[in-house]
Amino acid sequence: MPKALEVRDLVTRFYTLDGVVNAVNGVSFDLHERETLAIVGESGSGKSVTMMSLLGLIPSPPGKVEQGEAFFYGASGRRDLLQMSPEELRDVRGGQIGFVFQDPISTLNPILTIGEQISETLTRHRGLTRDEARDQALELLAQVGIPDPKLRYKNYPFQFSGGMRQRVVIAIAISCTPRVVIADEPTTALDVTVQAQIVDLFRRLREMLGVAVIWITHDLGVVAGIADRVLVMYGGRPAEIALVDDLYEHPQHPYTHGLLGALPRLDARESRRLVSIKGTPPDLLLPMKHCPFAWRCEYAHDRCWEEIPALTPVGVRHQVACFYDLEAHAPRQSASEGGPSNGRE
Amino acid sequence: MANRETTQREADSLLDVERTFKERVAYAGRFLWRDRSGVIGLILFLVVVGAAVFAVHISPYDPLEQNLRENKMPPFWSAEGSWDHPFGTDNLGRDSFSRIVYGARVSLTVGFFGVLIAGTLGMVIGAVSGYAGGRIDAATMSLINLILSLPYLLFVVFIASILGRSLLNVVLIFGITDSPIFARVTRGEVLRMRESGYVESAISAGARWPRIIFDHILPNLIGPLITLATFEMSAMIFYEAGLGFLGLSVPPTIPSWGNMLAAGRKYLQQYPWIAAFPGLAIMFTSLGMNLLGDWLRDVLDPRLRRARK
Amino acid sequence: MSIALKEALVQRYFLSKVIQSIVLLFGVLLLVFVMVRITGDPAALMMPREASQEHVEAFREKMGFNDPVMVQFGRFISGAIVGDFGNSLHFKTPAMPLVLQRLPATVQLALAGLVMAVVVGVPLGLVGGFNPGSLVDSLGRFLALLGQSVPNFWLALILILYFAVRLRWFPSFGRDELKSVVLPAFVMGLPVMGQIVRLTRSAVLEIRGEDFIRTAHSKGLEPRTIYTKHVLRNVAIPLVSVIGVQFGYMLGGSIYIEIIFSWPGMGQLLEQAIGWRDFPLVQALAVFTSLVVLGLNLLTDMAYAVIDPRIRYG
Repeated sequence: MPKALEVRDLVTRFYTLDGVVNAVNGVSFDLHERETLAIVGESGSGKSVTMMSLLGLIPSPPGKVEQGEAFFYGASGRRDLLQMSPEELRDVRGGQIGFVFQDPISTLNPILTIGEQISETLTRHRGLTRDEARDQALELLAQVGIPDPKLRYKNYPFQFSGGMRQRVVIAIAISCTPRVVIADEPTTALDVTVQAQIVDLFRRLREMLGVAVIWITHDLGVVAGIADRVLVMYGGRPAEIALVDDLYEHPQHPYTHGLLGALPRLDARESRRLVSIKGTPPDLLLPMKHCPFAWRCEYAHDRCWEEIPALTPVGVRHQVACFYDLEAHAPRQSASEGGPSNGRE
Repeated sequence: MANRETTQREADSLLDVERTFKERVAYAGRFLWRDRSGVIGLILFLVVVGAAVFAVHISPYDPLEQNLRENKMPPFWSAEGSWDHPFGTDNLGRDSFSRIVYGARVSLTVGFFGVLIAGTLGMVIGAVSGYAGGRIDAATMSLINLILSLPYLLFVVFIASILGRSLLNVVLIFGITDSPIFARVTRGEVLRMRESGYVESAISAGARWPRIIFDHILPNLIGPLITLATFEMSAMIFYEAGLGFLGLSVPPTIPSWGNMLAAGRKYLQQYPWIAAFPGLAIMFTSLGMNLLGDWLRDVLDPRLRRARK
Repeated sequence: MSIALKEALVQRYFLSKVIQSIVLLFGVLLLVFVMVRITGDPAALMMPREASQEHVEAFREKMGFNDPVMVQFGRFISGAIVGDFGNSLHFKTPAMPLVLQRLPATVQLALAGLVMAVVVGVPLGLVGGFNPGSLVDSLGRFLALLGQSVPNFWLALILILYFAVRLRWFPSFGRDELKSVVLPAFVMGLPVMGQIVRLTRSAVLEIRGEDFIRTAHSKGLEPRTIYTKHVLRNVAIPLVSVIGVQFGYMLGGSIYIEIIFSWPGMGQLLEQAIGWRDFPLVQALAVFTSLVVLGLNLLTDMAYAVIDPRIRYG
């Protein structure tokens, strides 16, 4: 399948008063057309910063994208997003890549009508007149399932419920029929029933528009219902990347294993206790010289304290950054032969 | 495992000790640099307090002693001035420097007792109102909003002109008219604490009221109130001088900055220094207390953004 | 939501504000009435100290101070409603017209000061908020601190000495030519300007950090669009309210500046009236100024509701 996005070895740091925060430390992944890739990790694992970095949305200063490549297969062919001028990047943002953020309460401007907030994207990227943009926006509102669009067009965000606001945000994201939609924890702030509705809406729109989706979340439970592939991140690095079923059935990284163990399962045959992973996320102020998960890992051995594991193929479209073979219950032998893979498949 | 974790962390930070040390120094430097205004404010405030406390020792002359032969002398840098009277003398030949030093006493007395009264009154009103809730709260708050929306200066002048000149009256006027601000802040804090629910949990855990007030409520109130008190004290010193300028503050026999301004008003064009020095004293006191207040606000309570000024 | 419902909500919002203001005004009347009588003998308060016993007694009878308090209060309120606060003791003519005569001068002064404060303060605050730590930002914050700390009566003296007496650029007192307004308006506007700089700066910083600004960036909007449409409109909300409140404070707080610059406004009249012990005039001044200030607050609330839909429909 043709690619939509190709990220190579991305590094982002924040230069704060407390010191340098190594937020993203060499992340690589591909996104194919019409594919949904979930990026999973705890807060501070670098999943959001990764996506912000690609599109010049991290506040700078203190943030700085220091290396990497991010090829986007957009309207003007294969272009590196990180090399684009601010003007070119603005054309991509909102026009070819749409965003949905976590908290629908704060992501909409409280004093502009939602109609205005949808239309301004259309007038900006499509060059529509106000009236054309209005018609288009009404259609979008209907598409994302907002009843009575004509009336709602003139409403302000505070007149909507959380779920309805998130639908508005989604309408903005898809307004210019983008190739990629990046959804950053789009359901986290919502009620469980509303969550399911939003996930449903996403699935429907994905089919209808043929758009590729990057779904950032810390909740593996939601992932199963929507993702094709999953990238697990830890300490600003990729830990494991695999097809979703493969990941659930054969997690190869102790961290993924722990995350799945922490997941409440309705279909579990035996009643499993809800376990959370012991310990705290790594301190990103310290430059990492070993596996970032070693402190919390029950399988950590000497090698894990000496070098940083790189992503290594372990199966069909399955890569893991770990020196320990969970299935063989022994340190992985072939890891060094694989060399520092960049996640290419 | 636990051991290994801590040692590894230590090792990691040790490896970078040089860089982090440099960063720490830079960080501390930036912190002090940012807070330098607070230090300046504190020094200015302490100078004023020192002048008030040690007025007898500092001032070279009796502030009331008239010497008509040496009246309206310019300050020391002027050709006709001398170090005998560094800030010159006023229309009655009284030494301006000594009067400024003694004037700090009036200003601080008004500021301190005014804030004490306003703070006590306001805390009681605000706490009762916030705790009682309902109609009592609504009525109290609308009264407070009434007082706060009035043109403050006009009413202080109006009331002072009726009550007449005395230190006690001035203190009482400021103490009473300024209490609504303290009441509003106290009430806000009390409401916030009620919402946060830990007072309820303390009650359900069997704590008694005195204990709740001293252990839970007061510690939370103290930060915002100290910050507010600093700003309000500065405002009172400012308004006292203003009343003095209009001849409505302490009796003219008491050396105060406001009375000095009033005396200098008639001689502005020929002898501007008579009014200039008390004005400078007010300015530096006010500047010092505002800097101090800003700093206290940052240190004690980043939420407080409500003080009127 | 239907248009009718929308309008009803708007009206209810304004109606409650109007009622509140009327209640507040009644409170002011009560306060003024009580204060004049708080010493127990309003006649003695208003007569010269050297006045004879018979004079004071005659005055007391003439002013109706011998009537029961409730009767006096009723008379005071019914007079106040039609703007009648009795005759000025000094001028022997009705007090209210004397106050109204002085209104334009004070409004002119406060307005000039406010315009200066807004024209200088808002841009300084905006630049400071968008470039914190820059040279302009430091300048703005320094001016803000200055405005907050320099006593206006003192600043007035210094400006007169330098710009009027020494340089002779401006007249040192009076209200004869347009130039006369410059110095008093500057003194009046400086503290307000300081407040506006601080508020604008912190509002810009706060709004820039909001999630919806990130959303605006993610939509690929031009920075200029984001600043004008998304940042500035939100900054305008607190700004409008502060400008309204400050204008009220300026109208009620012009007393020192009017005295020092001999500006023939309400503040100067207040000082004179107090000197003459002309309390009917003082009462009229206090009530009228409060009325103007309350009216301004009401206007501010309306402007607030126009900008902020959350208030309008709240």
